[in-house]
Amino acid sequence: MDNESTYSGYSYKSSHSRSSRKHRERRERHRSKSRDISARGDKSVTIQTPAESMLDAESTRGDDRDDNWGETTTVVTGTSVDSISNEDLTRISKELEESSPLECRRYFGPALGAVLGLFAVVTPLAFLALPQLLWRDTLEPCGTPCEGLYISLAFKLLILLISTWALFLRPPRATLPRFFIFRCLLLALVFLFVASYWLFYGVRVLEPRETDYRGIVGYAASLVDALLFIQYLALVLLEVRHLQPAFCLKVVRTADGASQFYNVGCLSIQRAAVWVLDQYYSDFPVNNPALLNLPKSILSKKMSAFKVYNLGEENNTNNSTGQSRTMIAAAARRRDNSHNEYYYEEAEMERRVRKRKARLVVAVEEAFTHIKRHQDEEAAASPKHPREVMDPREAAQAIFAPMARAMQKYLRATRQQSYHTMESIINHLQFCITHNMTPKAFLELYLSPGPTLQYLDTSNRGRQWTLVSEEPVTAALRQGQVFSLRRLDFSLVVTVTPLPFLRLGEEFIDPKSHKFVMKLQSETSV
Amino acid sequence: MSTYTPGQPVTAIVQRIEIHKLRQGDNLILGFSIGGGIDQDPGQNPFSGDKTDKGIYVTRITPGGPAHEAGLRMGDKIMQVNGWDMTMVTHDQARKTLTKKNEDTVRLLVTRKSLEDAVKNSMGTYPRQ
Repeated sequence: MDNESTYSGYSYKSSHSRSSRKHRERRERHRSKSRDISARGDKSVTIQTPAESMLDAESTRGDDRDDNWGETTTVVTGTSVDSISNEDLTRISKELEESSPLECRRYFGPALGAVLGLFAVVTPLAFLALPQLLWRDTLEPCGTPCEGLYISLAFKLLILLISTWALFLRPPRATLPRFFIFRCLLLALVFLFVASYWLFYGVRVLEPRETDYRGIVGYAASLVDALLFIQYLALVLLEVRHLQPAFCLKVVRTADGASQFYNVGCLSIQRAAVWVLDQYYSDFPVNNPALLNLPKSILSKKMSAFKVYNLGEENNTNNSTGQSRTMIAAAARRRDNSHNEYYYEEAEMERRVRKRKARLVVAVEEAFTHIKRHQDEEAAASPKHPREVMDPREAAQAIFAPMARAMQKYLRATRQQSYHTMESIINHLQFCITHNMTPKAFLELYLSPGPTLQYLDTSNRGRQWTLVSEEPVTAALRQGQVFSLRRLDFSLVVTVTPLPFLRLGEEFIDPKSHKFVMKLQSETSV
Repeated sequence: MSTYTPGQPVTAIVQRIEIHKLRQGDNLILGFSIGGGIDQDPGQNPFSGDKTDKGIYVTRITPGGPAHEAGLRMGDKIMQVNGWDMTMVTHDQARKTLTKKNEDTVRLLVTRKSLEDAVKNSMGTYPRQ
């Protein structure tokens, strides 16, 4: 299409304003599938250094145009805590990006954790079983104390398994650019622990074929105790520490200025980014680029006012600056009325939207009166009018026709027509009819722009966000930090401020001390 | 204006003042403002010697108005208006009594500190006669 030729990385919005209305709608119908809003249930966050960011935007923009929302995650290898090697990492990752398959990156971390966890849980049982299998005859019989230890071992293992399932066996929600430090620390700790226990077991029990079975059982029980304590540590580090609020994050969307404030606890930058994105999808109204532009008629008035003529001068280099200077001076002298036009245009648009909304509401109310729920007793009562019984889909299609035009005009007035296709409107109508909703409940979806989550479709591919930060992303949040989460056509800028320290004082009020006197003092002139 | 004990008659040195109301458009005005009353806060009264006195006081006089010409001064306590008592009335009752539409003149009995002092001084010189 001819408008695509003006499409460059940063003029995404202006291409809208340059095209005519017809072209825009046609293009948006094409685009509705490849739209930014199409849903993914999962997100991946990759890091970019600020210097590299421009390069990356254009490379991913090319992917976007092909509607290829690949799971583009960076492969972090080796020592990623050291920020010096960052440039190398991103260079390596760009090569690997196209070649790595879609899903495997997402599950690598949890798989590792699962393997280690399984190994750790099986170890005490192995400690108990190996002597029985290998040198059963020489083992000393072990009476009641052993049985007590068996029972406690069994229950502790059961509790360990249940709490591991509850806390850690959840599908991962995000892929972080760098290692999640606490998780790595805990995995390393578990590994070290179990490895050292095996080492001692091998040296002290397996080799000399230790006969004191009670001691072996005690040894296994102590391992299980230690695992429970590591799990306690994991609980505190991963789940509990960040619950107490310590910082206030201000999140501003660069596209239209929508902002929110959130309270978070002590987190690293990447974890805070994931948290912010979780809230973003349900708190922020959907980003509608069509709503942003001032009408072309207002902005471009200045440009076409003056034409500058060259009266036979040979020296062109001076003229260009002279020309622009005269134009600027002339434009400055001219009285600037664009704010006036903007005001009237806004008022006009507001009026138009309200009128169309009124028409829509009336049309929908009337349409809803055409159907009602069929009760089974009525069939016997009125044999004369055998009404055709419809299922919700057919009922929705039947009453969609009278309101279709009003709906379309309203959506066009509020620039939402790209978010709601006819199919989706009929689906929503069917949903509302099934659940006995009133017309107002049906219209709730269209009258206000909902959160972004509402417009995502439910395929499970991840959404790509880029975390841009001047500090390494595993650093903890501090006062005055600013980082931003970039998407293709807008970004979220996050500013960190600490919550103030509160000094709470106490004042006791005796309930008998509430007394009142009259305080009127009028002065009247006669 | 000494402290008043309830149940005992009040004695005061009063001056008789007669004000002729001035007609301004539809209203008859007297040209002063009153404050006080039994429903008001007596502690706020700047003119009373005794801060529990809930009487009606003159708080402002329009210069050149009928009250000023008749000799009323700021800080005077009004004891009677046309025979009606003003020492135990609400603020609104006082206003209504003063602004009756069918009366052209009001005869006030007012008291002030300087009156008492004047009488005391004159009484002091009296026996020397």
